[in-house]
Amino acid sequence: MVKAMARSEPADRLRELVAQVPDPEIPVLTIADLGVLRRVEVSDDGRVEVEITPTYSGCPAMDTIRADIVDRLAAAGYPDVEVRVVLSPAWTTDWMTEEGKHKLREYGIAPPGPRPSGRVMVRLSVKCPRCGSPDTREASRFGSTACKALYACDSCLEPFDHFKAI
Amino acid sequence: MTGPLFEYALRLGDDALILAQRLGEWISRAPELEEDVALANIALDLLGQARSLLSYAGQVEGAGRDEDALAYLREERQFRNVQLVELPNGDFARTIARQLFFATYQLGLYQALATSKDATLAGVAGKAVKEVAYHADHATQWTLRLGDGTEESHRRMQEAVDRLWPYTHELFESDELVRGLAAEGVAVDPATLRPAWQEQVTGVLAEATLAVPEDDWRPTGGRRGIHTEHLGYLLAEMQYLPRAYPGAKW
Repeated sequence: MVKAMARSEPADRLRELVAQVPDPEIPVLTIADLGVLRRVEVSDDGRVEVEITPTYSGCPAMDTIRADIVDRLAAAGYPDVEVRVVLSPAWTTDWMTEEGKHKLREYGIAPPGPRPSGRVMVRLSVKCPRCGSPDTREASRFGSTACKALYACDSCLEPFDHFKAI
Repeated sequence: MTGPLFEYALRLGDDALILAQRLGEWISRAPELEEDVALANIALDLLGQARSLLSYAGQVEGAGRDEDALAYLREERQFRNVQLVELPNGDFARTIARQLFFATYQLGLYQALATSKDATLAGVAGKAVKEVAYHADHATQWTLRLGDGTEESHRRMQEAVDRLWPYTHELFESDELVRGLAAEGVAVDPATLRPAWQEQVTGVLAEATLAVPEDDWRPTGGRRGIHTEHLGYLLAEMQYLPRAYPGAKW
């Protein structure tokens, strides 16, 4: 009983530690907010296994996230770390936490809406994160990072990023 | 002697890698800033897919080659991509025509491959299918705009479609290797993707007021390492640094 406690406590603590790693491109979000962190396990001998999943196949942030996880765990006294990238099941914006969506909006990025289903991409109005107006238009489906599209608000006239729902 | 699964992963990986390299050439040269960003994003998606597929090929081969060794240290004749993806970009219309043909093909391919019995291929495809849906939509929207645009944009889009059409046949060529893997539920026989592709692409061309070209010559050979004269130059540029400075890191 005592042993089991001793094992699960560091696992929780380490999970919390890893969960706080920020996304290098959208630093207001942690990898847990994004739904990029899949699993943290620690074995009896102190070896830590972490599983992360990319938002997009070519997401260049993965290497930085991996290095940040290794650094944090090393600083906490866990030098033996394996970070694995798992692709399946494929990441979806549905895994982003509500808190994450809230933080995105505060940061000036319109959070993803519900995921489009089937082959038809249903366009729901994206609200401007600055003035809240639904009177917005897509300027380009591809934005500053793979996960975002570029929008413009026709009410306050500001351009903004929208996190694409996939 | 390498196994069929290695070869198959290489075919898919090389298609994505070489097209990513070509699209990257547009950065800072696209007709508008949004297109610079769009083509770079598409290239990045393809590069990510290529990395997963080439890493897997190296793992299956078991000879110690990783994604970098396969991308940078193979000769032209060892590349297994179709010729369509290695052709020079040409003007914007030609790049869009290639995107329409290739992304529509890749969308059908990945949709089918997402249920492969091979967990890695299914994982890569299941992830990539969401990205490629965007690529296909992007190319479709541009084809409609250019085809049904001005006289000049129509002329150039039609020229692009006519010029690249012969290279689309190779996408759907099947051989013993792929049929064997398809029978095991691992691969997708490209020949089975043709009818849906044809319907989709000819539908877009018709809506864009463009004529569907007649089938005449069918350049082929990429899957066996026979390439156009353009691939060697592309590889020379892509491979120069790792070959000149082996093991270089930054």
